[in-house]
Amino acid sequence: MWSIISVLVENKPGVLFKITNLFRSRNFNIDSISVGVTENPEFSKMTITTSADEKQLNQIIKQLDKLIDTVEVKLLDERKSIYRELVLMKIKVSKPSDIMEITDLANAFKCNVHDVRKSSMVIEITATPDRIDAFEDLIKGYGILEIARTGICALERGYGNES
Amino acid sequence: MSGARSLMVALEKEGANIVFGLPGGANLPIYDELYKSNIRHILVRHEQSASHMADGFGRVSRRPGVCFATSGPGATNIVTGIATAQADSAPMIAVTGQVPSKMIGRDAFQESDIIGITNPIVKYAFQPMNAAEIPEVVKKAFYISSTGRPGPVLIDVPKDVQQNEAEMVFPSEVKIRGYHPWVDPDVREIERAIDMLFTSERPIILAGGGVIISGAFAELQSIAELLMIPVVTTFKGKGSFPENHPLSLGPIGMHGHAEANKMMVEADCVLACGSRFSDRSVGTFEEFERHLKIIHMDVDPAEIGKNQTTNVAVVGDVRASLRIMVKMLIQKAIKRGGDNPWLKHVNETREYFRQNLKLHPHPLGAAKILRKLREVLPSQSIVTTEVGQHQMWASLFFDVIHPGTFFSSTGLGTMGWGFPAAIGAKAAKPDVPVLDIAGEGSFNMTENSLAVSVLDNLPVIVFLMNNFSLGMVAQWQRTFYDRRMIGIDLKNCPDYVKVAEAYGAQGIRAETIEDVGKAVQTALKSNVTTVIDIPMDPEEDVLPFVAPGTSLKDMILPS
Repeated sequence: MWSIISVLVENKPGVLFKITNLFRSRNFNIDSISVGVTENPEFSKMTITTSADEKQLNQIIKQLDKLIDTVEVKLLDERKSIYRELVLMKIKVSKPSDIMEITDLANAFKCNVHDVRKSSMVIEITATPDRIDAFEDLIKGYGILEIARTGICALERGYGNES
Repeated sequence: MSGARSLMVALEKEGANIVFGLPGGANLPIYDELYKSNIRHILVRHEQSASHMADGFGRVSRRPGVCFATSGPGATNIVTGIATAQADSAPMIAVTGQVPSKMIGRDAFQESDIIGITNPIVKYAFQPMNAAEIPEVVKKAFYISSTGRPGPVLIDVPKDVQQNEAEMVFPSEVKIRGYHPWVDPDVREIERAIDMLFTSERPIILAGGGVIISGAFAELQSIAELLMIPVVTTFKGKGSFPENHPLSLGPIGMHGHAEANKMMVEADCVLACGSRFSDRSVGTFEEFERHLKIIHMDVDPAEIGKNQTTNVAVVGDVRASLRIMVKMLIQKAIKRGGDNPWLKHVNETREYFRQNLKLHPHPLGAAKILRKLREVLPSQSIVTTEVGQHQMWASLFFDVIHPGTFFSSTGLGTMGWGFPAAIGAKAAKPDVPVLDIAGEGSFNMTENSLAVSVLDNLPVIVFLMNNFSLGMVAQWQRTFYDRRMIGIDLKNCPDYVKVAEAYGAQGIRAETIEDVGKAVQTALKSNVTTVIDIPMDPEEDVLPFVAPGTSLKDMILPS
């Protein structure tokens, strides 16, 4: 069971450290974390995914809320939120026909092909984690040389009463 | 005005009139302004003691105590004091000097990343990078430290920021958007709590440290008396309810009173007020909640459900919540008489243990010593303790009569806390006697504060229960390690009477129970710092004992 927590924090130095240190000191686990400034430069938004049971999740949210630099902590409902991760994959090209095959697979998953060389290609996929897993599964036969992932970022659907 | 000057002005505006500290290179501009201010400075011999003194001052006065330390080792020396204050929710402001801002991160002389080091053990930490920020930082520090669940706040000031001049604006109030310490208790939850208490057969009240922090003594007593519910406390909550009251059963826990542990286990519903259900209080979490409906009142929402599953949760200041509860009980004319089988059973159980609990036979057994102390020490005196066997004996055998007069390092269990904390307490309340129930192992750690106590005219009594060893460790080695005794023998060194005299204090050795009483009376009358050295039997154990990792019902009784 994994959960997505959205945390609005003061945009100032040391806040990311406080959040991650809280997870460490209370023996919680972070699966992924993404951070960026919001529409208001005074705030940053962090999206944290974690696999925790309900009791632990409850504690994580309360302990995050208790931090003075967190302004709002929300547990996102997967069904009512949009969540995506961006992944860059460097894939091995062993023979010339690999390039076409990989490009076709990439198109099927609405990926962007960013770099094509004789022996490697770099593909960007932005999708939900299960879709990324499916793509990775298909592509790994060619050989994945390197991977970089951003971690999940998420927003709730709608605004105010609409959500 | 300079940053250092603005710091002093801001501290004065917050009502700070005493600071415990030790100067060094990186906080000299602050000390130079301290020289010019009206704030009293207490020079310690080690910064750890400054933090404990500020802690003791804060717990007793219920406003933040202030300590100063320089950068690097000065700052790291107060880490234990900060962690102690955090574990026991004590208000404290620690102001550390830091190397000049341009030197930060360059491994400068006496540089330590005290913000990083203390992150998990402070309520909040500030590092102002401009002098102009200081007034607001101080205001916020006091606000955060003293409201909601209190705790230590660190202000780390780079030396150049202390020296720089700026236009200073002293705000009269501050708002912090991520901090909401005032939560109004939910009245419906309080109604549910009353229903649950009233409909249960064997209700009990568990009073924790939150009762003492919020000063909810009268409210707690009203509820206990209106509903005729027996009261147990956590160790931190010891003395939140008069321990000579007919409904009082004393502390539960690892070294709780036998009757308190027994009744806690038999209860079917508990009203826990300002308690975090520490493992030392409740034993194993799963066993504790097994047959128990739990009503949990706490100012910190994160405590709800942390260690125990609760049936009713009242989030808010304990005093405010209890006050609403008292009002409701009176409005609805809800009362319960004392004539019920549960209360009868409670009284019989207490009587049974009072008559039958075996005490150590030695003429200077812990119970005899501490009961003699209770006899001669005025009830409004403030008592602190160190950490170890003497502390647990104090829990068992020293009744606190006047609520909110007993303080101990209960959460972190910091040896060496009690003596400097007593000095801080004396500074907060100079008119009442202050006594530290000590063991010699703990006293060794901060005994150099004798100089402070003597020179700064903050006389306290060190009631030294001396068993010539690290007694609690010795007890565990006797109990769990088949008497393989190692690292516990202090070999009657030093001579504490001579130590006291060397510092200009009074040293008395008390070798009989009569001596103990007389020594305390002498100390009280003379009003000078006194160490009373009481030689005990090193083999005496603290009993009852709930072994770690077991539940309250597995309590080991003296045989």
